[in-house]
Amino acid sequence: MKRGALLAFVLIAATVAFIVIGTVWPISTAVAFAGGERLLESSSTPEAAARNLGQEIRLKDWGKAYSSLANRSKFTEQEFVEDVTGYYPSLRTYSSLDHFEIRPLHASDSDADVEFTLDWSTVVGTLPDTRTVHVVRNGDHWEVDWPMQKKPVLPPQVIPVEYLRWDVINRGPGDDWGVQDVDGPNVRIVDMHPVQRAEGVVVLGELLNEDVLPAYVSVTATLHRKDQSAIGTESAFDRISHLLLPKQVTPFLIQFPNASLSEVSSIRMEPFSTLVSASADPVIEIDNEQLNPAPDAALTGQLINQSGQVVNVAHVLGTLYDKSGNLVWVVDQYVDRALLPQTPVSFKIPIPEDLAKKVSSQRTVVATYSFGGFL
Amino acid sequence: MKLALIFVIGVGMFVAMQRAAAQGSMTVQTSVQAGSAFSIQTSGSGEATLYVIGLGQVLKRSVQLGNPVYFEAGSLCDAGHYLVVLEQSSTVETKPLDVMAVSAPGRLSFLAKPSRLPVSVHEGITGAAYVFDSYGNLIVSPMSVSFQLSNSAGSVQKSDVTTHAGAAWIEMDSTGHQGIDQFVAQAGGISSTRVIRQVPGDPCALKMSAQQTGPKLELKTEPVVDCSGNPALDGTIVTFTETYDGGQSTADVPLKHGIAEVAMPAHHGATITVASGVVLGNQIREQ
Repeated sequence: MKRGALLAFVLIAATVAFIVIGTVWPISTAVAFAGGERLLESSSTPEAAARNLGQEIRLKDWGKAYSSLANRSKFTEQEFVEDVTGYYPSLRTYSSLDHFEIRPLHASDSDADVEFTLDWSTVVGTLPDTRTVHVVRNGDHWEVDWPMQKKPVLPPQVIPVEYLRWDVINRGPGDDWGVQDVDGPNVRIVDMHPVQRAEGVVVLGELLNEDVLPAYVSVTATLHRKDQSAIGTESAFDRISHLLLPKQVTPFLIQFPNASLSEVSSIRMEPFSTLVSASADPVIEIDNEQLNPAPDAALTGQLINQSGQVVNVAHVLGTLYDKSGNLVWVVDQYVDRALLPQTPVSFKIPIPEDLAKKVSSQRTVVATYSFGGFL
Repeated sequence: MKLALIFVIGVGMFVAMQRAAAQGSMTVQTSVQAGSAFSIQTSGSGEATLYVIGLGQVLKRSVQLGNPVYFEAGSLCDAGHYLVVLEQSSTVETKPLDVMAVSAPGRLSFLAKPSRLPVSVHEGITGAAYVFDSYGNLIVSPMSVSFQLSNSAGSVQKSDVTTHAGAAWIEMDSTGHQGIDQFVAQAGGISSTRVIRQVPGDPCALKMSAQQTGPKLELKTEPVVDCSGNPALDGTIVTFTETYDGGQSTADVPLKHGIAEVAMPAHHGATITVASGVVLGNQIREQ
């Protein structure tokens, strides 16, 4: 009985002691997440100034971040916040800064350039935002000269749009069994190619909507061994454009982690399609598409929204072909900024270095989503 | 002694006749029409219980033997094989009863496939009709069903088919003209209509023109039609691809009023191609 009481006393005393220690001498990370400033260091170097700005953006301490900028007189705090989080609702609006990286590019006694990469955590994964930041010396400390991207201002205008959309009326639950429903759209896989990669087997392909109506599409693949037993079944998930207008083609990419192509005897492809209410707009032009060779191989270009409607989320899918026109790979990237009418937005999608040499041509498509806002 | 024997035999016969009269029996038609009134005649004397047993339905009546049992109209609506049971205290008598579907059609279930198909497809449309009476019983006796497929251009395909085991079916061709077709099945004054949409085939001879306006190139297709001359439906995607030194621009543009048009950046020496699905159009080289 005495020993138990002693043990209880020791545990209580230790707990109280740790609480006191943690309160009086907290670690810097805990202070930062509690709203303190201990993660911030003196801006005695260009990198430290950039690092402090990154921490403030991560903590969404916009006031401190704005007041630390060297060129803050050129824009308001609200404009700074919108420049970082987006002027219109987009993937960035609903994201938080996961982490950031700083890479010194150039430095002198009075100024320096650093590459500032902000990795934003969004619902579709981490999206990087890289900016070259100029840092200037101000007395005994350094301040970031924020590379403000001014809000695009469009001249007042009316953009006429002949709105074309499809609505679907399906049979109701009380209908007689003989009352026919409308048939689903006809879609066809026009290309399919399995590839062995380090991470497993990847099935690439292209899907065509052969019908005259829009289709919601998806593709599922099942790998079979020689004895016809299934190795696994996977779908393209978001590596496909799910909405296909009539005669539109989308690439798809299906991953089978840890599978080996040598085990595979056959592949069963199952395209799925169903009628869906859809709009023919907006039209997105993809301008200046370029295949950049290794190192830093990438598919780059600009998206230009040709309609009058703001596009909140854009998903770019690139189909890469070799010289013979065979499918080599499918790359994709979400654009974390809203597409404003007539305003180019750049994209850069990395291409795996080992495949970049094989790529000779490409075809890019864009899937878009709008919240319904109009300018 | 003889008189006594005759008396005993006579009494025995009287008792037997009395018992036979009390046992009773019934007279049942072999078949009745669904939903119609009918009766079952009983004989004998005394009380009994009558059951009419079918799939999913049992009728029960208390009867006074010697009187008929009446069933009003609508008592038995489901066609099928029934069993009539007359139960007395010591005996049970059973007889079959078939309830037949009404010979006049009351409803037609019509399956037409597909709801949408390209023009000029041989035997591309199928229709199957099932004839039911007003109580929902399949009429299995042969019956003539008339199928008619008509489009807005005035073309009519018509054919009469006799049902087999309650069903009649047919295959028909889609015409060369796009539009909404009415597919009608008719039997005994009852008809059912389905809509078949005939849509254009793949675009044929896709052709575009280009006109430079400042830094932009206005690209526009001629009205896009299929190989039968039907205009392609609005919303069909036409892809414009402009290839120039080290770069490429593309735009997926939906047809509106049969034409796709887009403004793309003008690049000297660029090659512009147009395609829709797997159909390629002409090529233009910018000077």
